[in-house]
Amino acid sequence: MNGHPRSLLGTDQLTVAEINAILRLARRMDPKRPPQLLRGKRVVLLFYEPSTRTRTSFEFAAKALGATTTLITATSSSIEKGESLIDTGWTVTSLGADAIVMRHPNSGAPYLLSRYIPVPVINAGDGLHQHPSQALLDALTITSHKRKLEGLRVLIVGDVFHSRVARSNALLLSKFGAEVVFCGPPDLVPDVSATIAPGVIACHDLDAALHGADVVMSLRIQKERLAGKQISLEEYIAKFQITPQRMKQARPDAIVMHPGPIVRGLELANEVADGPQSCVHEQVAKGVKTRMAILATVLKAAP
Amino acid sequence: MNMEPLLIAGGRVIDPASGLERELDVLLRDGQVAELTAPGILKAHGRALVNARGCIVAPGLIDLHVHLREPGQAHKETIATGTAAAAAGGFAAVCAMPNTSPVNDSAEITQWMQAPERRALVRLFPIAAATVGSLGEKLTQFAALKKAGAVAVSDDGKPILDDKLMRDALRAGARLNLPVVQHAEDSRHTAGCSMNHGPTSFRLGLRGMPNSAESDIVRRDIAFARETKSHIHVAHISTAAALDAVRQAKKAGIRVTAEVTPHHFTLTDENIGEFDTQYKMNPPLRSAADRDAMIEGLADGTIDAIATDHAPHAFHEKQVEFERAAFGIIGLESALPIAITVLHHHFKLPLWRIIELLSSGPARVFGLQGLGTLAPGTHADVTIFDPAKKWTYDASQSKSKSRNTPYDGWSFTGRVVATIVGGKVVYES
Repeated sequence: MNGHPRSLLGTDQLTVAEINAILRLARRMDPKRPPQLLRGKRVVLLFYEPSTRTRTSFEFAAKALGATTTLITATSSSIEKGESLIDTGWTVTSLGADAIVMRHPNSGAPYLLSRYIPVPVINAGDGLHQHPSQALLDALTITSHKRKLEGLRVLIVGDVFHSRVARSNALLLSKFGAEVVFCGPPDLVPDVSATIAPGVIACHDLDAALHGADVVMSLRIQKERLAGKQISLEEYIAKFQITPQRMKQARPDAIVMHPGPIVRGLELANEVADGPQSCVHEQVAKGVKTRMAILATVLKAAP
Repeated sequence: MNMEPLLIAGGRVIDPASGLERELDVLLRDGQVAELTAPGILKAHGRALVNARGCIVAPGLIDLHVHLREPGQAHKETIATGTAAAAAGGFAAVCAMPNTSPVNDSAEITQWMQAPERRALVRLFPIAAATVGSLGEKLTQFAALKKAGAVAVSDDGKPILDDKLMRDALRAGARLNLPVVQHAEDSRHTAGCSMNHGPTSFRLGLRGMPNSAESDIVRRDIAFARETKSHIHVAHISTAAALDAVRQAKKAGIRVTAEVTPHHFTLTDENIGEFDTQYKMNPPLRSAADRDAMIEGLADGTIDAIATDHAPHAFHEKQVEFERAAFGIIGLESALPIAITVLHHHFKLPLWRIIELLSSGPARVFGLQGLGTLAPGTHADVTIFDPAKKWTYDASQSKSKSRNTPYDGWSFTGRVVATIVGGKVVYES
């Protein structure tokens, strides 16, 4: 019941050596002059949930390496007719898929799929659970600005409870000995969140959390998720929006990240989102290189 | 019932209800326990014989909580297959929950379930719905249901949250001496939840049910039972806080009883691992502290019965996304082996206590007359098991129609040798 050995399901399942190998390979990938490592391979993009950057990023990455891609979405396939995930997985595999990149609204869906089908599954985001390719591209971005991950203070601000990005990042960064601080209102950053990995703390005071931060990672706030919570939108902005003023608490060389999409005027002040410390566009660009490296690794086509 | 007499010879009788634990031969005749005598006095000749050498001879086990899926969901289980699994697990009687399709909320369905055409291999006692359609709006006809054979009422799986309705149910139950069984879950606080709330649910990105969703309802129901002088039975208790509420209530003389499942005293939410739906049940597997509290409650007498919550589901209902998977596991064939392996061999609970929890305890909870004991003159229901036999559970060999169990491949110590119902051997290993 463990699935294909090269499936990429969560960052907790990767060793430090495996992560370093993917990051090394990603640094060498050039989307403008890509090596044709996946010529003749078929990559299926199985998207049960809408996505812009992750889907496009995987698609560009696969095509750049010479693979053929097919996009299957929930509304334009047999999924709408009630086909089970396992049956869809078998159908896609029987059609000749060499790997499946899956986005799914239910936590754990890629784990189920990988247990039953013989090709590797790449988790492109499952429910509230994990988004490992995002955490890897974030690590690639951080390491292009900081010498190493060990000892860094990484602040993750926002709706941690509903964030697969927060979970994947915390699990990855913890392996490298970084200090991870989850910050947000108690409803969105419950105390139990600190139990996810060693070196993770939960904090409800942004100014205190920002002190000495090397990396400030902001998460998207979905307005509808604040509904029924103790905190109002206005209060959230007042207490947790990352502003130029607040950024002074962080280290002068701190970088600002956001997995996107940014809700303008909510999580990040525009001056921060578009300011000199922002790595938001760099993250998106590194996303393609990272996913090229992931696909090459998973399909065992690394040079 | 005119049947050939049956002699169970060479075994060690444990009958907690009559305080008996010693080597005795047991003679069953005309569907009743006829005599218990010192070994070797009664001669086998002319009588059918069950050799119980090295075995424990116990009252037929009783399961207060099973889902047999008939009427309406025969692809999961039928009364015939479910009771065959019961017999193989040493159960001589099972109490079937009403969440069938349609819901068992009438005397007709209650009788239909007990009809000989269902081919039940062991005794079947229906638990009828407490409200019409289990919709939580209008009480069912308790008197007619009791007359038709229902031994309790419950909206299992759909807890009665409305205070007035719950009080009314308890009052109506008290008048007829019919226990009200509550699946204690404040479903207003568990919407969208598929497991226990805690570090594991956070790690897996799954919404978690808080312990308070159970314990709040248990506390409320206990208060109502005191107020209405009625009997509340807590189904599948799973949290330390709810158990403690039951413990205090019992001390105060309130009529509250509680059952626990084998999975809640052996497993924790961490066993879910990477989204293994064989560990998805409701109530969910809890923390290690809660699991340990269940063991304590079993040892100190707070818990009255071990019940399986046998909940068969087909492959395609269980092997889906975790949040979409059906709650529940099968449990009839593994309950006694788990109890012996874990409670007796590991936690050193005496065998008589385990037998009490599986026979006289449950008989008392639902007032099942002449069951759960080997006293002469009572029903000839007997379970014979070898407490030292080592074996490996293979779910593919289950008599149940379904295979949803986390215990597949577990090594157990203790195995059922024979199950006898009304003097008739219904299972022999």
